[in-house]
Amino acid sequence: MSPSHTAQSFVIENAALLGEAESSIVVENGQITLVRGSETPLTDAEIPDGAVRIDASGLVALPGLVDLHTHLREPGREDAETIESGSRSAARGGFTAVLAMANTTPTADTAGVVEQVWSRGKEVGLVDVYPVGAVTVGLGGTQLSEMGAMAMSKARVRVFSDDGKCVHDPVVMRRALEYVKTFDGVVAQHAQDPRLTEGAQMHEGVVSADLGLAGWPAVAEESIIARDVLLAKHVGSRVHICHVSTAGSVKILRWAKAEGIDVTAEVMPHHLLLTDESVRGYDPRFKVNPPLRTQEDVDAVREGLADGTIDIVATDHAPHPDEDKDCEWGSAAMGMIGLETALGIVQKTMVDTGRLSWAEVANRMSALPSRIGRIEADHGRAVAEGEPANITLVDPDAAYTVDPAATSSRSNNSPFGGVELPGRAVATFLRGTPTYLDSRFEGMFA
Amino acid sequence: MKHLLSTSDLSREDAIRILDTAEQMAATQEREIRKLPTLRGKTVVNLFFEDSTRTRISFEAAAKRLSADVINFSAKGSSVSKGESLKDTALTLQAMGADAVVIRHWASGAAERLAGSGWMHGAVLNAGDGTHQHPTQALLDAYTMRKHLIGAAEGPGAHVETATGNDLAGLTIGLVGDVLHSRVARSNVALLNTLGAKVVLISPPTLVPVGIETWPVDVVHGLDAALDKYDLDAIMMLRVQRERMSGGGNSFFPSPQEYTRLFGLDGDRMRRLPDHAIVMHPGPMNRGLEITAEAADSPRSVIVEQVSNGVAVRMASLYLLLAGEEGGA
Amino acid sequence: MTGTILGAPDISRALTRIAHEILERNGGADNLVLLGIPTRGLPLAHRLAARIAEVEPSFDADARCGSLDITMYRDDLAKHPTRNLGTTTLPSAGIDNAVVVLVDDVFHTGRTIRAALDAVKDEGRPRGVQLAVLVDRGHRELPIRADFVGKNIPTARTERVSVLLTETDGEDAVILSGGKPGDSGDTSNSGHASENGGATA
Repeated sequence: MSPSHTAQSFVIENAALLGEAESSIVVENGQITLVRGSETPLTDAEIPDGAVRIDASGLVALPGLVDLHTHLREPGREDAETIESGSRSAARGGFTAVLAMANTTPTADTAGVVEQVWSRGKEVGLVDVYPVGAVTVGLGGTQLSEMGAMAMSKARVRVFSDDGKCVHDPVVMRRALEYVKTFDGVVAQHAQDPRLTEGAQMHEGVVSADLGLAGWPAVAEESIIARDVLLAKHVGSRVHICHVSTAGSVKILRWAKAEGIDVTAEVMPHHLLLTDESVRGYDPRFKVNPPLRTQEDVDAVREGLADGTIDIVATDHAPHPDEDKDCEWGSAAMGMIGLETALGIVQKTMVDTGRLSWAEVANRMSALPSRIGRIEADHGRAVAEGEPANITLVDPDAAYTVDPAATSSRSNNSPFGGVELPGRAVATFLRGTPTYLDSRFEGMFA
Repeated sequence: MKHLLSTSDLSREDAIRILDTAEQMAATQEREIRKLPTLRGKTVVNLFFEDSTRTRISFEAAAKRLSADVINFSAKGSSVSKGESLKDTALTLQAMGADAVVIRHWASGAAERLAGSGWMHGAVLNAGDGTHQHPTQALLDAYTMRKHLIGAAEGPGAHVETATGNDLAGLTIGLVGDVLHSRVARSNVALLNTLGAKVVLISPPTLVPVGIETWPVDVVHGLDAALDKYDLDAIMMLRVQRERMSGGGNSFFPSPQEYTRLFGLDGDRMRRLPDHAIVMHPGPMNRGLEITAEAADSPRSVIVEQVSNGVAVRMASLYLLLAGEEGGA
Repeated sequence: MTGTILGAPDISRALTRIAHEILERNGGADNLVLLGIPTRGLPLAHRLAARIAEVEPSFDADARCGSLDITMYRDDLAKHPTRNLGTTTLPSAGIDNAVVVLVDDVFHTGRTIRAALDAVKDEGRPRGVQLAVLVDRGHRELPIRADFVGKNIPTARTERVSVLLTETDGEDAVILSGGKPGDSGDTSNSGHASENGGATA
């Protein structure tokens, strides 16, 4: 699909807009030109000439999803993922924009690297790729990178993160928080105290005690979050917390928000679904950083996401080639792919359980991440007249069993193989161009 | 039994069967001709990713006394300096026709990974994986305890005639030292619990894992307090790894002297044990640190005997895994 | 022919006769050691020893009786689920230069006795080894014969010979079962009937 498809006129009929009223959506020249409840059918005059007509009965229409936390691995680890394969996987997962993390080789810590990523994303054209800039040079944690240059580059970087590593030095973190105010940026912190997690292999608790694996204690995350929200308050800056995984973190964030601190936070689908019990058996597909936590933590992050303490869902899509997972636990790489399963897991854990409506999912997976990433001019906008046609159609009844090998990602390291998910994206449109179409729509677009 | 990966996989019946089989194996080792033809034609590979001459020669002796062919494969490599991958090594062993692989690896879970990966076909015996399990060590420890304490003249094990066929019910066993990093401790806790013994872990709080509250054990932070509170039938001194006491922010206790003061077994503490109690150590010992020469060399010490019992237990394990039809009982 | 082949008095008479034959053959009981093959060879060895002691009061039946487990010498281990090991207990004086009489309940293919001969060889160097069996049911697969036989019972391969002894089963009897009439069994190559064809050994 995609590059061959061009923006053409189409009409989506009978889609449950944000899971609510059945509506018709007319798209022309990449823009939404009409949205109206299906009780008033479109007249012939309202249907553009030659428009493709999509019967979306039973489907939910959402604004295109936005992933604030993706690893596309290019440049440097094209064996694991490329901007093209990652973009394809993102589109298939219902995303129209992703923020690509900075821990590439070379590190995205200069204007040159971020522009390269940005323009390659444009070339591929399946999703808008917004590079994240490194906070410190080479993710070294000591010297601030030239964030201003990245912000002023063509890539217009607004999110800065040393993700994969924590900006652990409190002075460096303070300076970064202050400095990004220059261009309304945000520091996205990978909260992990390095000393408390030396050699860490999994969540520290009952299961690690049994398995004899070095523990990654919850406090190593929580202490950094506590410090950083206090720093953000002190310097009057905003801070974003990556991959919140513990019940304690949720409590700290809840307190910080009540204090009026400008903090936002994300949770990963795997932390909404899996626990450290999955590690029994030592299958490295379950090795991830931060690690899978306990059921109590899973319940807490679901609750936190439901009540808004955690603002958004992001994927932390982290591709690794087979040889980095086909080994003993201690040698395996940390991370899991997740772009294509994210929506299904959110439906399973949040929508089908009554914690979030589809409208709220649109907020948590499109509008809010766009706002945090300062890309809200282009993404996360309402499905409404005059807006860019970034639309994802979801089939909430397309239950399927995850097959990691069937992914569009270059890597297969999904922990969800064999898991049944209730639904998935079936069509994704970026500014009116179909970037992913499920087989049911095959051949409909030229 | 297809593999021997963890003592927590063993039922009481499995464990007793191994111990009873080991008794018969031990009997053959008192003969002039100690070799048995039982595993003739089978190939046992000792695959060691970590040095351990003691464990390797114990398995090697066990396999050879059962007439198996033994191949020693030292595949050193660590997470830092990667050697050949476990997968490639396993594929090689499969191609060589290994009937059993005895694996020692620095990574917790490596044996389970090897057994469950489909990379190879044969039986896997875990000879120590990281800080997880070392099941034959726990079995030889249980064997030694049973031999000395069950069916004995005095003590809580005196209620039965003979050790054979019995578990360790009624015994109280103290494990002293670094539980956090000890596969010996993890293996023993699971097995002793299965066999009905009470386990008391005697450790500095820095050397017990978070999550230990779910283990079926009592935890005491001091050897004197434990000796006051319990009549220990056996006391097992765990080896203190040198790297755990390297100074600075990485040490788990202030100094070796302080460890010895609080957790070392000397003659005076040994004399506070019940008369029938035995002193154990998985070896190699740090004499003067966790145990004094007086305790290590006393008549109560069964430390040297543990080594010979190790061969019998490993013979039993190899017999039960390899002698019967494939996938047999 | 199925059903009980030997009753308790038959078994008793056979054992008495074997005991006398052993003494006669060896010119007395000096140097004699009886090794029963578990499970049911063991009580038979003890019974024979007791009868020998009745004739030769200097013969210490308990001290001259032992048990020889042959499990680890079997040639069919890989064809069955793993067998539990039995106990080997030799007279304290050992078996060097002794005349060892192996005692088993049913003599069939000869494979158990082949294994027993290997086991004996690893325990010491007896002056001679002899074989006493309660029942010889034929179908030898190895060139081995018994020195002392309680009763020869022609059987088909498909038939089962079960020896029951008071010590292990609560009664004394030899039972033949399971064969098809007229089946000589000689062409049957199936299965790997254990020595006694019975349920447990």
